[in-house]
Order: sequence, then structure tokens, then C-alpha cells
Amino acid sequence: MNEVPHLSLHVPEPAVRPGGQPDFSNVKIAKAGAVPRPAVDVAPEEIRDLAYSIIRVLNRDGEAVGPWAGLLSDEELLAGLRNMMKLRAFDARMLMAQRQGKTSFYMQHLGEEAVSCAFRKALAKGDMNFPTYRQAGLLIADDYPMVEMMNQIYSNEADPLRGRQLPIMYSSKAHGFFTISGNLATQYVQAVGWAMASAIRNDTKIAAAWIGDGSTAESDFHSALVFASTYKAPVILNIVNNQWAISTFQGIARGGSGTFAARGLGFGIPALRVDGNDYLAVHAVAKWAAERARRNLGPTLIEYVTYRVGAHSTSDDPSAYRPKTESEAWPLGDPVLRLKKHLVLRGVWSEERHAQAEAEILDEVIQAQKQAESHGTLHAGGKPSVRDIFEGVYAEMPAHIRRQRQKAGY
Amino acid sequence: MARMTMIEAVRSAMEVSMGRDDGVVVFGEDVGYFGGVFRATQGLQAKYGKTRCFDAPINESGILGTAIGMAAYGLKPCVEIQFADYMYPAYDQITQEAARIRYRSNGDFTCPIVVRMPTGGGIFGGQTHSQSPEALFTHVCGLKVIVPSNPYDAKGLLIAAIEDPDPVMFLEPKRLYNGPFDGHHEKPVTPWSKHELGEVPEGHYTIPIGKAEIRRPGSAVTVVAYGTMVHVALAAAEETGIDAEVIDLRSLLPLDLDTIVQSVKKTGRCVVVHEATLTSGFGGEVVSLVQEHCFYSLEAPVVRVTGWDTPYPHAQEWDYFPGPARVGRALQEVMEG
Repeated sequence: MNEVPHLSLHVPEPAVRPGGQPDFSNVKIAKAGAVPRPAVDVAPEEIRDLAYSIIRVLNRDGEAVGPWAGLLSDEELLAGLRNMMKLRAFDARMLMAQRQGKTSFYMQHLGEEAVSCAFRKALAKGDMNFPTYRQAGLLIADDYPMVEMMNQIYSNEADPLRGRQLPIMYSSKAHGFFTISGNLATQYVQAVGWAMASAIRNDTKIAAAWIGDGSTAESDFHSALVFASTYKAPVILNIVNNQWAISTFQGIARGGSGTFAARGLGFGIPALRVDGNDYLAVHAVAKWAAERARRNLGPTLIEYVTYRVGAHSTSDDPSAYRPKTESEAWPLGDPVLRLKKHLVLRGVWSEERHAQAEAEILDEVIQAQKQAESHGTLHAGGKPSVRDIFEGVYAEMPAHIRRQRQKAGY
Repeated sequence: MARMTMIEAVRSAMEVSMGRDDGVVVFGEDVGYFGGVFRATQGLQAKYGKTRCFDAPINESGILGTAIGMAAYGLKPCVEIQFADYMYPAYDQITQEAARIRYRSNGDFTCPIVVRMPTGGGIFGGQTHSQSPEALFTHVCGLKVIVPSNPYDAKGLLIAAIEDPDPVMFLEPKRLYNGPFDGHHEKPVTPWSKHELGEVPEGHYTIPIGKAEIRRPGSAVTVVAYGTMVHVALAAAEETGIDAEVIDLRSLLPLDLDTIVQSVKKTGRCVVVHEATLTSGFGGEVVSLVQEHCFYSLEAPVVRVTGWDTPYPHAQEWDYFPGPARVGRALQEVMEG
């Protein structure tokens, strides 16, 4: 007689699938202003609760409330709104350009604009981001020219990466934006190394690492946390939890862990969880973490709770794995609309000015697009030279690559 | 000049480089306070401080990933993987990141790192202390791959690697750390102090990456070798009496094709030897290049003497390691062919 039951494998499932009613009742959301703002030199063990709550500033009525509010001026908030609107318009145009066959591929940020746009404003010139493919707001908010981004997307004759990289894998040292790699999570630990180098050099610069919820399952996520913890590296470890990794819901990566932020606690890294659709909250938390890093107090882990409203990429159709109306049910709303509402309430913005700004931004994006397209698109017009295939593999071209270049006729 | 073992030469290279350039940092498992499991970094932490030479967590992808980030910042990390057999967790960072950063960013970012790793067998290291994974690096565009065979070269090449603007995989045959080894395991080991290439300048010098060296001029057959197998090939030439020209490649990528082609055109015969397994090993590349560039000079098929296509065994060490008897038979075979 064997009384031991047979084992069964647990495979997590999202609450709802296509055809079902979107349901986010399991997402526990703290009231705006409810989470305390600790001193930056707080001991990590004293703020363990912050890894399980959500720091929020903007309430339902659009008011900025609580201890994380009040850091940004009207001008800074208006600039933030403009950057988010710009990123959204840029995304829409590039999505269309992909559908028109002007490029092979695109990935949008829809719903996640606040995360990268607000974060960039917490960093200083010379700090370095190690982004994923979904933080173009870091470039937009740092006034990197949209034309350059489009040249890269079109792989045209003016492409700063000479046609070698898949669209959106930008690189700009001058704008603190490390070269994007297709390999997930690799940049997370590289950011820690960059931060260690800054500390070795007794510099004042800090680094920011970026990863999505799905990629936290990669081993380099663990590597990064170990090294950041061991050497107290001046790095901000960002996790953008947009609920989805292509078709896989975040529970597959998170498993039994309460939150992604909570993963930092086991490494002794202070961990915060923040409303990723709240521009003010994202900026406030990023600034807190940046100050900790700058004061040599070590790394901070931040989980941005947001929602991937768009498809994963232009090669993806989300209706195959999640309800079509799920984004509308998302309880943290839309980052652009929420900041807009706040600015209207502050009396520095209006529906009219918003509509006018939308039109101006669209015009700006279209002008940039025209300029970029004058240098060619993927299949038409100017393109990088065949010679560019062979350049830059090494600082100096070795003989065997030179022979191959000559064989190719260049 | 001083007498140095290969370990001392490697250590001297790092010490000299750290003294000349304060951007050179050395880290890895046990390399800090303890000075490395092979003593290659002994004294570096005491001399240059904990932020220039330090211990790392046991995490190869972390060691490589942080080194890449440091290089992007502007440092010149020279990191250690304790055994080449344990580089696999770092393979993603090496192949997809270090090797590609210059290319994919069009030079916006670069990756001047050196990855040192003890390699090779002949020490009863079994499956995970004996491997020779160089072909897994030579297949990766953007990397440079070096395997020295003696103290003089080890120091000059390591300094050159540290000063190189691109990522370099530096594989140190651990069987050669304390003395040359020709495969005669039954004989006592001779120390480097009795070998002319154990004479090493104490200061700065470099050996150019991408240049082979002819260790034994000969006219009958060309032997292409690197690392421990250079010494095995020299022994096989002496023991068979065949006038072999032994080429020590030193750099596998980039490869000194001119030296190989010139030699094979002269001898008309070629044997390629390495410890690594046969199929898709680096020898396959050399054979292919030789037939491509020397076809009309060849008087016999090109032969490879390598490790068998099996994991590296323990008890059968000397039936696996391609010793002088096996290389000698190959020399005789191509002379008859």
C-alpha cells in the first residue's frame, strides 16, 4: 500500500485568455501617496515592504500626492509630457513605415513611455544606460535626433550603424545609450561592470541596467545581482514588468516570487516597486536610486509595474494569447493621459494646447521621416556600402577579411 | 633577463602592464589575495591594491559581462577563467557581446579585454580540466585567439594582448606552466630554467599577434602545431630522424597563413597536430587552407594528429594525448605517401 500521491507538474497560467473578460483583480495597487519615502542611506532590510507595494504619486483625480511628489517643476513636467507624446508619435509612424515595407521590423513602447522618458531625467550627462530594445525614450528624452533613429531603422546610407544592425538596436555613447544587443539580459551584468569601472576610477558617474520581466529568468540577471551586491556597484537595476514576454505572461518568469522587486532582497539590494505609468513616480524613484548610487551607497533594484499595450513586435499578434481589450482594463491607465490630466489640473495645460502639441509633434516626426527617407529606406534609395560588411570587425582589418572583401568585389 | 617559468612570465606580463597603464585591472576566481590557483596573479593585489586585482564570485558569465562593461567604460580588464573547461557559461558574453560590440556599434563602443584561461591536457585532469576549446573561439569573428608554447612568447604575447584594442582569448597550456613537455610522461619533467625560451626580459616587450614562429627549420615535411604540441612535434622529429619544419602558430586567429604556405610549398608535405578533438577542430581549418593555397605543391595528403572524438578521459590519459609516437607515425606516413 503506497499512500504517497502521484506528483503533478505546476504550469502557471494567466488569469484570462482570448475570449475571456480581462481581470486584474489580482494586481494589488497601493493608493497614491501611501508608500513612505525613506532616506537614501536607509538599510535595505528596513524597506523590505517597498518591494511588495507600489509607489505612486498621481491619484485618480490627477493630483500629485504623498512623500514622493513635488520634485518636478511645471516646465520639467511639460517637457516630460512632450517627450512621451513624441515617443508615441514616433512609434506610430515607424509601425506604419514597417507595414509599408520601408523597413523589416519595429517594436513600439505603447503604454510604457513614462518609464524610459522619466528615468532619463534622473540621470546626469556622462551616466550610462544599458538598455533593452524597449527604452527608446532614453534617447528621445535626451534629444537624440529622431532622424538618426530613423536612419538606423531604415538601414539607409546615413545609418550610423552602417546597415549592420536590426532596426531599433541603436547605439549612442554620447547620449549614454549602450549598443543594444539581440541577446537578452547580457547588458544587465555589463552595466554592473561599467559601474564598477566608474568606482575603480573614483569617478562620479553611475550606470543604469535595463531588463524586462521575462528576461529576469536569464542567468545574467542573477549574475548582475551577485556582482552588484558584492562590489556595491553604483548601478540602478531596472526591471520593466509589462506583464508579457511575447506570449508568455509574467508568472512564468516570476514563479512563486511575490514580485520581481522582491528578487533584490535576497541579494541585500534595496528594492522598490513603482507605478510605471506615473511619470512623477518613475522620476522620483529613479532620482532616489541615482542619489544612492552617487553617494556610493550601492545598487538599487526598481520594478516598474506597467503594461505592454502594443504587440510585442511587428512580427507578433497578441490577440492569439490575450484578450483584445486587456489593455483597457489595465488599472494603472495610460501614462500620457495621466500626466496630461495632472498638468491640466495644475493649470498649465489644456485640451486645446494638447491637441496643438499633438499636431506639432506629428509634423516634427513627419519632417524627420522625410529627411531620413531622402537617405533611403531598406529596399529603396541609398544604402550602406558592401564594404561596410567587412569594416569594424576588428580595429584593423586582418588579412583573411581583406581577402574576403576583395572577393566580394570591394 | 631572468629565468622564468611560464607562470612567472604570465604574471610578469600582467605586472608590467598594470604598472604602465592604470586602466589594466585583473580579476577572476581566487586571483586576488590568494594569487590564483596556478599562482599566475601572485603578489599583484599586494602591489597594485584591491581595486586593480580582486577576487570574483564563481560566475563566468558575470566575470565576462562585468569585464565587457568595464571595457566600455574605458578600462582594460584582463580576466581569468580558472579552467578553459569552465568558459561555457561565459560563451554568450564572449561570442555575442565581446566579439560583436565594435562591429554592431560601428566603433561607438569597443571591447579591449583579455580572457586568460588554462587549457589542454596531459595532467590527469579528466573531462573538465583538460579541454582545448580553441576552435569554439576561432569560429567567432571579432575575437583574437592566442596559444603560447613557452615563457618568452607567453609574456610578449600577453602584453600585446592586453594592449590590443580588441577582445583576445589567451589560452595557456597548463602542462607547460612549469616546464616544456614533449609527451614523454615517463621521463622526469625538465624545468624552464634549462630551456632557452625560459630566458625572459623583466621589462616591457611585445610579440606581434598574428605571427607564427618556426621552431625547427626543416625540408621534408611541415608540422603545424601550437601550445604543448609544439614540443611533442619537436620530439617526434628528433626521434624519427625526419627533417620536419615545425611551425608554432602562437596566434590561431588571426592566422599567419604566409608562414604556413611558404613552408608547405617548400616541403610538399604537411601534418597538423593539436590536442583538441578531431572533428571540426582547428586543424580542419589549417588543412583546408593548405589544400587551397598549396594544392600543386603537395606530394601527399595532409594528415591530422589530434585528440580522439571523445570527451577527455582520466585513466587512459596517454592513449588519448597525441604523444610523440603518434605524431612520429604520422610523419612517417606522409613521407611514404
